[in-house]
Amino acid sequence: MREFGYQRAEDVAGAVALLGADPEARYLGGGTNLVDLMKTGVERPALLVDVRELPLDGIEVTADGGLRVGATVTNSDLAAHPEVRRRYPALTQAVLAAASGQLRNMATVGGNLLQRTRCGYFTDPARPCNKRVPGSGCAARDGEHHNHAILGASDHCVATHPSDMAVALAAFDAVIAYETVDGPGETPLADFYLPVGDTPHRETALPPGALITGLTLPPAPVAAHSRYRKVRERASYAFAIGSIAAALDVRDGVVREVRLAYGAVASRPWRARAAERALTGGPATATAFAAAADAELAAAEPLSDNGYKVPLLRNLTVALLSELTEATEGAAR
Amino acid sequence: MTTATGTTRGTGAVGAARTRLEGLAKVTGEARYSGEVPYAELAHGWIVLSTVARGRVRAIDDGPVLKMPGVLAVLHHGNAPRLKEGFVGSFGPDPVAEILQRDRVPHIGWPVAFVVAETSEQAREAAEALVVEYDTEPHDVDFHADHPARYTPEASPMGPAVTAKGDLDTELAASAVLVDERYSTPEQHHNAMEPHAAMARWDNGRLEIVDSSQGTFATANDIAALFQLDPASVRVRSEHIGGGFGSKALARAHNVLAVMATTVIGRPVRVVLTRRQMFSLIGYRSPTTQRVRLGAEADGRLRAFDHDGVSLTSTLTEFVEASTGFGRALYDADAHHTANHVVPLDVPTPTFMRAPGEAPGSFALESALDELAEKCGLDPIELRARNEPTVGPVTGLPFEDNDLIACFREGARRFGWADRDARPGVRREGRWLIGTGTAAATFPAGAAPSTAAVTAEADDTFTVRINAADVGTGARTALAQVAADALDVPTERVRVRIGDSDLGQAWLSGGSMGTRSWSWAVMAAITELRERLALGADIPPEGITVRSDTTEAIGAQSERERHSYGAQFAEVAVDVSTGEVRVRRMLGIFAAGRIVNPLTARSQLTGGMIWGLSMALHEEAIRDRASGALANGDLAGYHFAANADVPAVEADWIGEPAPDDPVGIKGIGEIGIVGAAAAIANAVWHATGVRHRHLPIRPDRVLGAGAGPEPAAGAVPELRAGGAAEGDTRA
Repeated sequence: MREFGYQRAEDVAGAVALLGADPEARYLGGGTNLVDLMKTGVERPALLVDVRELPLDGIEVTADGGLRVGATVTNSDLAAHPEVRRRYPALTQAVLAAASGQLRNMATVGGNLLQRTRCGYFTDPARPCNKRVPGSGCAARDGEHHNHAILGASDHCVATHPSDMAVALAAFDAVIAYETVDGPGETPLADFYLPVGDTPHRETALPPGALITGLTLPPAPVAAHSRYRKVRERASYAFAIGSIAAALDVRDGVVREVRLAYGAVASRPWRARAAERALTGGPATATAFAAAADAELAAAEPLSDNGYKVPLLRNLTVALLSELTEATEGAAR
Repeated sequence: MTTATGTTRGTGAVGAARTRLEGLAKVTGEARYSGEVPYAELAHGWIVLSTVARGRVRAIDDGPVLKMPGVLAVLHHGNAPRLKEGFVGSFGPDPVAEILQRDRVPHIGWPVAFVVAETSEQAREAAEALVVEYDTEPHDVDFHADHPARYTPEASPMGPAVTAKGDLDTELAASAVLVDERYSTPEQHHNAMEPHAAMARWDNGRLEIVDSSQGTFATANDIAALFQLDPASVRVRSEHIGGGFGSKALARAHNVLAVMATTVIGRPVRVVLTRRQMFSLIGYRSPTTQRVRLGAEADGRLRAFDHDGVSLTSTLTEFVEASTGFGRALYDADAHHTANHVVPLDVPTPTFMRAPGEAPGSFALESALDELAEKCGLDPIELRARNEPTVGPVTGLPFEDNDLIACFREGARRFGWADRDARPGVRREGRWLIGTGTAAATFPAGAAPSTAAVTAEADDTFTVRINAADVGTGARTALAQVAADALDVPTERVRVRIGDSDLGQAWLSGGSMGTRSWSWAVMAAITELRERLALGADIPPEGITVRSDTTEAIGAQSERERHSYGAQFAEVAVDVSTGEVRVRRMLGIFAAGRIVNPLTARSQLTGGMIWGLSMALHEEAIRDRASGALANGDLAGYHFAANADVPAVEADWIGEPAPDDPVGIKGIGEIGIVGAAAAIANAVWHATGVRHRHLPIRPDRVLGAGAGPEPAAGAVPELRAGGAAEGDTRA
């Protein structure tokens, strides 16, 4: 493990200045992913800039009825916040479905967005991996990949993004705010994670040296009727093999608005816009839900060992939208 | 010695639930494990592992690394101290212990160098910076039953590799009902909570090692033989051990390299393995493929029994995961055949892992019995009752006792088995299909020669000295109870000294024989001590010490079939639309002779059952064919049951003290896992109507298999009342 420098930032500007343009420096949030990667040699930073004590730990309701969440809010605090639970219940459920209580107490919102894939070839520096060492090849395509991507992958990388939280954020059109030495900026989550293509090592649209300062959730009344369901290989403390965030507004059997995002299927949280289009204005029936999932999953390109994700996501779509239909129609009666 | 009637005397210390004697020290951090004992001038070592699966080390450039901060030495095959060639250890020839002796790389993760530095961090950074060049050769890590290199070994650790009675083909042909299925279990790892760690130093001409060892006497003997030292000049201590499960008794990289380094640099050297290193350095359970052929009369009586298993070993040495030993004394049949085969591959050497052979073997055979019961239209328990042997099916020897069916009857009563609807796939609660299953458990009840010394002290207390190992199971406490019981004094007046090779020869913590073997030796010494004390002489200041050696008594035992037994029950819920399997409850009823400490015994049995749950649903090391490495060689990727997977797990016991043991003990170390995975797999069949013959029963496999009489995965379920009430409440 390489010896590294450590500095605690006093404020956002200071943090950004400390990191500067040093490619060997990293921001340290909760450290729940970065420190592991440092131990295994995947990350070898010369300097850690600790941003966890920055005054970015607030959650507030915006004037228009959305939410603004600071980057250093812990996953635990995010999940427990009454306004998150009330306005975006799927977000609370997604965060609580992730990791363990101890990790959620440490992990930050900003760090969660930037966590790296858990592909076993990425985390083992002795193996080829285009994400870790560009041009070295992808060992997963013809190797162990039963939990790899079925959507949006490329010949260069089939890794998935591991975050549960980001799946709910994708459904709710979160906007990521950041700070650079040149001033602040923001990016919609939909554009935050870059397409894989032939540059899987380039993961986000953040400018070099940028520090995530928070995110904004626009107001979305439909989100009050939302749920998150995660399937994993044990009952807790495992990454998803398939997950879904869904919000649904149904009146008189007709879908008025729907939000749908899938997890563990792509290098990014996968907003299921084709499914949403297929559903909106149509009947809220299991048949329609299945057809919508099929519309979304028509683009799937499974590898030899992960084809099960197609029926899994299809079944999850039907199950969760059916539950939401029952709940919202029941509430309306 | 005489076979004492220890089962009826005493203060009642045996059979009383007691917390561990060292419990307070452990939970307050006062207890030090091997990697925590402080030493002045301590140096730290870091192991460099091969990154190729087969080949030779061409060059190691240690020059730049030796200039790095704090680095004291770099050892490799070119400069390491020479070890005994053709080393024969406590369990036979053991080339795995011959570290840094040659340039040959037999598998990925093989030690190729060792860096010693002032701090652990410096050693680690230098080890990671060390450039090792290899001449690589094509490797083969692809395990399958029909591999051309497959052969039948001469023997296995648990007995003969092959047993055969009767004409199998004739009996199969004459059978009314046949089961012929293949089952498989994956590579599994016993990654104990406490990583392997050793400190070695020379002290006044003696080599002292503080190791995490299930048997310090074996470790000391092996290190002495390997380094060609006088056995009396090697001392190994192991006061506290955070789990071993079969992986912590031998001379292995951590202790061998610590000894090498302290010999070279003249300072104490400590080595602590990382989790990832443990996945290639400490052994593991081989994957198995097994074929079970059963032929029965229409009433379920077995005419033909054939269990054929294949496991892998390394190219270094032969280790046989003898999965087919499990049924040798369990069920009778007119023709009864078992055989174990191995395939040598370019992989790390597998080793003993909790219930070696019995754990995978019981999955296959007890699944097959369930399939036979289904085909015969018989209750699975009744099928087993109809095939209960009167003498050993293979050996013809009488049984010490056989409580298998009694365990099933008691378990059935408590589990509510009588109300079970045998039809598969017909019970639904919301999105979950519900099923129950059962399976048999058995494990050999053995004892191995040990020595002990018991001292009546002048202050009216007693000191028991026996080189036992407490791997976390409560052995120290159990031995205090056995001694107090035999001495007829309160447990508080007995102190127990264990975990030190200077205490002399004793069996290690393994084979479910630890507590029994040690208790036998303690009982023998106490029996004689009490005779001496009965003479009424004053106790001198140095006390009165009696020593025992059970070699003769154990050798004089009559030949019998001696086994512990159990019946495992499980209830599962399966969502075939997502592949999720949840175990709702487990019950294990065991007959294992006298239970010394119900508190720690129950913990050990339920621990085994939980491991069985983990084996059924979670554990699977996946080897990458291209590199020969594990694709999930850490605890993030290698899943075992989390707390949320573990439901109400209950273990209890029936039966009498073992007639042939002075204390009545049979041993409980391993039987808890045996049959547990089969009970769960059988319950999954009962829930869904689909047999899962490959472990673990992962969601993708459940999804791929669909369901029998219920709608297949992918079918559109009807709209139904949803919500948390039927959802997964253990998110």
